[in-house]
Amino acid sequence: MKRREFLKTGAMAVVGTAVAASGIVARAAEEAVPKFSTLKPHEAQTLLQASRQIFPHKKLGDAPYWKVVSELDAAAQADPSVAKLLTDGVAQLDGFNGSKFIELSDKQKVEALKSIETTPFFQKVRGVDLQTLYSDPAVFKALKYQGASYAMGGYLHHGFNDLEWLPDVPQSASPKPA
Amino acid sequence: MAEHELSDDSVIVVIGSGAGGGTLANELCQKGFKVVLLEAGQHQSSTTFHNEEWFAFNQLAWLDKRTTSGNWRVAKDFPNLPAWICKTVGGTTTHWAGASLRLQEHEFKAKTHYSGIDGANLMDWPLTLSDLEPYYAKAETKMGVTRTNDIPGLPGNNNFKVMYNGATRVGYKTVHTGRMAINSQPRDGRSACWQLGFCFQGCKSGAKWSTLYTEIPKAEATGKLDLRPESMVMQIQHDTNGKATGVLYADKDGQHLLQKARVVCVAGNSIETPRLLLNSSSSTFPNGLANSSGQVGKNYMRHTTGSVFGVFKKPVHFYRGTVMAGIIQDEAILDTKRGFTGGFEMETISLGLPFTAAFLDPGAWGANYTNLLEQYPNMAAMWIVGEDMPQEKNAVTLHPTEKDKLGLPIPNVHYDDHANDLAMRTYAFKKGAAVYQAVGATRTIEVPPYPSTHNLGTCRQSEKPGDGVCNKWGQTHDIKNLFISDGSQFTTSAAENPTLTIVTLAIRQADYIAEQGGKQNI
Repeated sequence: MKRREFLKTGAMAVVGTAVAASGIVARAAEEAVPKFSTLKPHEAQTLLQASRQIFPHKKLGDAPYWKVVSELDAAAQADPSVAKLLTDGVAQLDGFNGSKFIELSDKQKVEALKSIETTPFFQKVRGVDLQTLYSDPAVFKALKYQGASYAMGGYLHHGFNDLEWLPDVPQSASPKPA
Repeated sequence: MAEHELSDDSVIVVIGSGAGGGTLANELCQKGFKVVLLEAGQHQSSTTFHNEEWFAFNQLAWLDKRTTSGNWRVAKDFPNLPAWICKTVGGTTTHWAGASLRLQEHEFKAKTHYSGIDGANLMDWPLTLSDLEPYYAKAETKMGVTRTNDIPGLPGNNNFKVMYNGATRVGYKTVHTGRMAINSQPRDGRSACWQLGFCFQGCKSGAKWSTLYTEIPKAEATGKLDLRPESMVMQIQHDTNGKATGVLYADKDGQHLLQKARVVCVAGNSIETPRLLLNSSSSTFPNGLANSSGQVGKNYMRHTTGSVFGVFKKPVHFYRGTVMAGIIQDEAILDTKRGFTGGFEMETISLGLPFTAAFLDPGAWGANYTNLLEQYPNMAAMWIVGEDMPQEKNAVTLHPTEKDKLGLPIPNVHYDDHANDLAMRTYAFKKGAAVYQAVGATRTIEVPPYPSTHNLGTCRQSEKPGDGVCNKWGQTHDIKNLFISDGSQFTTSAAENPTLTIVTLAIRQADYIAEQGGKQNI
């Protein structure tokens, strides 16, 4: 089974589809609105709003969420069945409450998503959103995660034991670094 | 590196290059045996490892499709990923966190000590702690386990500082930075720990013991090892006398090759090992190899696990430094007054932001969840690892219809939590939360089990051939030159992380194979 197939369903979305075979998450320029190969502009706008509501962070601009849409676009380009899934899913969201999804209030958007949260479409978008958003260096920065440490020689001299709001641990339990 | 002929029936074939197979291969090479080491995964190195969780997952994890059944939460959250183990040279020793604890004396006698538990297929191991002690000592020396051999403990990180203060405030006594197969000082040609924070992603500093860059290169240096990565074993073959004669495997191009063997040792982890035995059925052995007991694949254990996260008012940055930075051992005792039998360890754990988002509440979305994730820098966490009950119905079986790309039935992993497991997890969640509340946690979170890293028991050791698959040496009861060399051998799971015991059993098994080989018994 190919990696991108194996999290297609339900909760398996966690191991999801966003990471390409190379494992390297595409990193578009921070402010650029990506160009899409397969998604139509309305579909892209809808998926942007859906990605935002699934993992909403007020401190984030649209750029990290556009990267999610880019990943969805790449998946749609690679696999026509994904393209159809996304097209049909956007249509389903637009059918909620008689308005276009992007015209709904935040509260209504959440209700619309809630109504389809068990569908393969939702699971696909959530899975790609999860993997793309929380692998984005800009999101790392916003959520104060420093990530990779190898290039600086690890956290040994960069705060691995800098917590000062609790008493020190005796050396018998926690020796000093060699 | 040696290249042994496919037709050379004097070689020992070892299947799998992780803690069991990688260690066994080296031990046998050091004794002068010719070894063919077949590994399904690719050959990575500290250079190709990356400090990125999803990248490393895709690079190292065993992603071939598996199915699940049973009432365990993993079947709901990760229906096609029952186990988080590795398909790569070095196996899951590339991913493990390094905790190296000996099993306790009473844990080898679970049936004797834990009597009267309905539905538990308990059995005493056919060996005792004293049988293993000399080999535990060899394993600890080999792996450079801290707090043994006068090797100092590792320095604790922020995550451990939170655990230590909380633990001592609630009255726990045995709390320290653990016995870890991670160098606290340069040793065996490898550096001291850099506190990278990416133990699970392949250690880029090489401070953590892994067969990838310890046992395997040492075996290669003898000129006796023929390591063949990207070689997926399909079948173990036998002759009319019921003796193993070789293994059929597919190389990276899908070409089928037959390697002859004098002895075959299986160390594919507790899902692939029984799968291979079952997939090797023949007219002589219609139920699979070494399965006259009917126990191949049965009694699958995965430890009673779960995590407790604490959220604090001030930063912790728990991702900095070793993942298992410290341990509380007070609950790993024999005391049935707690409402369950068996014990559990409490060990710090940390996840990067990508995996925290994925695992903190699998499937969750929306503002409540993202508000919690925004507390990420202020989190501390611990993993609970406790003894789970062997149950015959918990089993690795062959899927009735689904096949892999080689045409072999894929494995299904069935697991129902035992009432004892549930009682232990509930108790452990409360105790873990109390530790964090004692140092001011504003919130504690009970995190459900991750896919299993401790897969055990599916080819268990037993005194009598009718009760299990192999004897106290890992030699199968049915086939004298066929050995089980991984955690599948475990008769019961005990509370401790299993790697040290797997390595210990492999060292001991190598001595036995040499002795029996010398007597021409195998």
